[in-house]
Amino acid sequence: MSIAEVQVEAEIETFADKDPWYSVALDLIKRKPLGAAGAFIVLIMIFMALFAELIAPYDPELNNYEFMLVGPDWTFLLGTDQFGRDIFSRIVYGARTALFVGFVSAFVGSVIGLILGVSSAYFGGKFDLVFQRVMDVFMSFPLIILALAVVSIFGTGTQNVILAITIPFIPRCARVVRSNALAVREIPYIDAARACGYSHTRIILKHMVPNVMAPYLIMFTAFVGQAILLEASLSYLGLGVQEPVPAWGLMLQGGAEEFAESAPWIPIFPGVAISLAVFGFNLFGDAVRDVLDPKLRSR
Amino acid sequence: MYNYILKRILLMIPTLFGAAFLVFFLLRLIPGDVCELRLAGTGLYADPAEIELCQEKLGLNQPMIVQFFDFLIGIVTFDLGESMWTGKPIFYEMGLRFELSLQIAIMATITSIFIAIPLGTISAIKQDTWIDYVVRTFSIAGIAIPSFWYGILIVLGILIFTQSWFGEPWMPPLDYVPIWVDPWRNLSQLIWPALATGYRYSAVATRMTRSAMLEVLREDYIRTARAKGLLEKVIINRHALKNSLLPVVTVIGIEFAFLMGGLVVTEQVFNLNGLGKLFVDSVMSSDYAMTQALVMVVVMVFVFTNFLVDIMYAWLDPRIRYA
Repeated sequence: MSIAEVQVEAEIETFADKDPWYSVALDLIKRKPLGAAGAFIVLIMIFMALFAELIAPYDPELNNYEFMLVGPDWTFLLGTDQFGRDIFSRIVYGARTALFVGFVSAFVGSVIGLILGVSSAYFGGKFDLVFQRVMDVFMSFPLIILALAVVSIFGTGTQNVILAITIPFIPRCARVVRSNALAVREIPYIDAARACGYSHTRIILKHMVPNVMAPYLIMFTAFVGQAILLEASLSYLGLGVQEPVPAWGLMLQGGAEEFAESAPWIPIFPGVAISLAVFGFNLFGDAVRDVLDPKLRSR
Repeated sequence: MYNYILKRILLMIPTLFGAAFLVFFLLRLIPGDVCELRLAGTGLYADPAEIELCQEKLGLNQPMIVQFFDFLIGIVTFDLGESMWTGKPIFYEMGLRFELSLQIAIMATITSIFIAIPLGTISAIKQDTWIDYVVRTFSIAGIAIPSFWYGILIVLGILIFTQSWFGEPWMPPLDYVPIWVDPWRNLSQLIWPALATGYRYSAVATRMTRSAMLEVLREDYIRTARAKGLLEKVIINRHALKNSLLPVVTVIGIEFAFLMGGLVVTEQVFNLNGLGKLFVDSVMSSDYAMTQALVMVVVMVFVFTNFLVDIMYAWLDPRIRYA
C-alpha cells in the first residue's frame, strides 16, 4: 500500500465515523458561545410554540375571577393577571403568536425582497434605476412609522399586523440582495446560461438566487427578531394583535402599567419573554452571519 | 464641495416627491374614502350631508391630480389643513408637541454617544476577552429589550427605590414644562425616557465604534506610534479614536432621524404628549389627515438628516466629495 493510499484510507475512516451530534453541538458552544446560546433560546421558543397545548397548564384565554392577581407560586408558576388568567400559559401560547407573526412576515418579506432584488440586478439599466429610486422612497420611512401607516389603513388584527411588518422588510432585503446579485451577474456562467437560450425566470431562479443565499439568510434571521419586536410594539400600542389572543406585547398593555406596583409579575415576565426571544434571534443571527460571511468575521 | 451639496439636494427631491406620492395614495387605497370610513366605518348610520361636508373640507370631491398638488403645496407652505379629530390646524397641533420630542431626541442621542464610544473602544482594545463579551452582550441586549418594557421597569424601579429609601414613593412629573421655565422639573421628567431610548440606540453605535476601532488599530501608523514609544493612552485617544469616529458619526446621525420612530412607543409608556403619541392617537382615532401629515413630516426629517450626515461626512473626509 502506497502512502497516498494510506492517506485516502485514513480520510475515509475519519469521514466514516462522523462526529455524533452532541460533539458538533459542543464544538459550536466552544467556538461560538454566544451563537450557541442564541440557538438554544430559539429552540426552546420553537418547542414552546409547537407543544403549547402540552406545556401550558391552563387555558390562556380563560378568565378565572377566583384567582385574580395571584403572585407566582406552585399553582400559578408566574402568577395571574387582573382577569385571573395564568401568565405562564399566556407566555407559552404567546410564543406561538410571536413566532407565527415573526416567521411569516420575515419569510414573505424577504422572499419578495429576494426576487425583486435579484431581478433588478439581472435586468439592470432603466428598470434597475427606477427600482432603486422606489426602494429609496420606501427606505425613507422608519420601520414602525410605515407599519403604523399600514395599520391605519387596513386595521388591526393578526393578519394585518403581518402585512404591516412584511411591507417595510421588502425594500430592506431587496437592497442588500441586489448589491450581492450585481457581483453574481458579472460571472460568465450567467452569460453562458443566456447563450443557451434559458428564460429570464429560469436564470434568475435557478442560477442567480442560489448564489445570493448567504446574504439572504443573514437578512432573514435578522428579520425574525425584528418582526417579533415590532409585533410586540404594535400590540403594546393597542394597534397590533387584539385580545383575547395571547401575545406578549398585549400582556404589557393596560393592566401591566396599572398594576405594576402591586403585581410586578404582570409586567416583568412577558417583557423577559420578548427580550429573551429577540436576544436569542439576534445572537443566532450574528453567528449565522459570521459563518456565512467571512469578510465580516471578527468584526 | 458646493457641487457635492447641490448634487445631494437634487437627489433628495425625487425621494421626497416619491414619499409624498406614496403617503398620498396609500390613504386613498381604502375602499370608499376616509370620510365614509370614519363616519360610517363602525356600521353606524351616517348622514350623507355630513359625509359630503367632510369630503368637501378635505377636498376629496376634487380630481385626484388636483388633490395631490394641493397636498404638495400644503407640505411646502406648512399648511396641511385641519385635524379631523380636534378641528385645529395640523401644524399647530404638531408645534405644541415638537419641542418635547426634539428635546428627548437630543438627550437620547447624547446618552447613546456617552454609552457607545467608551464601551465600543474598550471592547475593541480588549477584543475576545471577557470584557469584550460582556460589552457585546450588553449592546445586543439593548436592541433586544423593547423600550416600552424598559420604560415600565424604570418607573417601577423609581417607585420601589424611593419607597424604600425615602419612605414615600416619588413619580416623575406628568406635565411638561419647558427647560427654560423650570430646568429641574423638566429634566426630572425627561431624563428617564431619554435614558431608555438612549440605551436602545447606543447598541448599533457601540458595534460600529468597536469594528471601526479594530480596523484602525491594525493600521501601520498605529504600529509606528507604538514603535516610537508613545503612551498607550495617547495612541488610543489621539491616533486611533479620532480616526475611527467617522462611521460612528454617520450611524449616530441616522439614528437621530430614526429616534422619531422610536419615540412612538417610548412616549406612550411615559405618558408624554409628544409627536409620537400624537401619531399613535391619530391612527387610533382614524384621523387620516393627521396621520398623513405626520408620516410626511417624519420622512422629511429623516431625509433631511440623512442629507446633513452626508454633507458632514464629505466635509470630514474629502475623498468622498471627489469620488
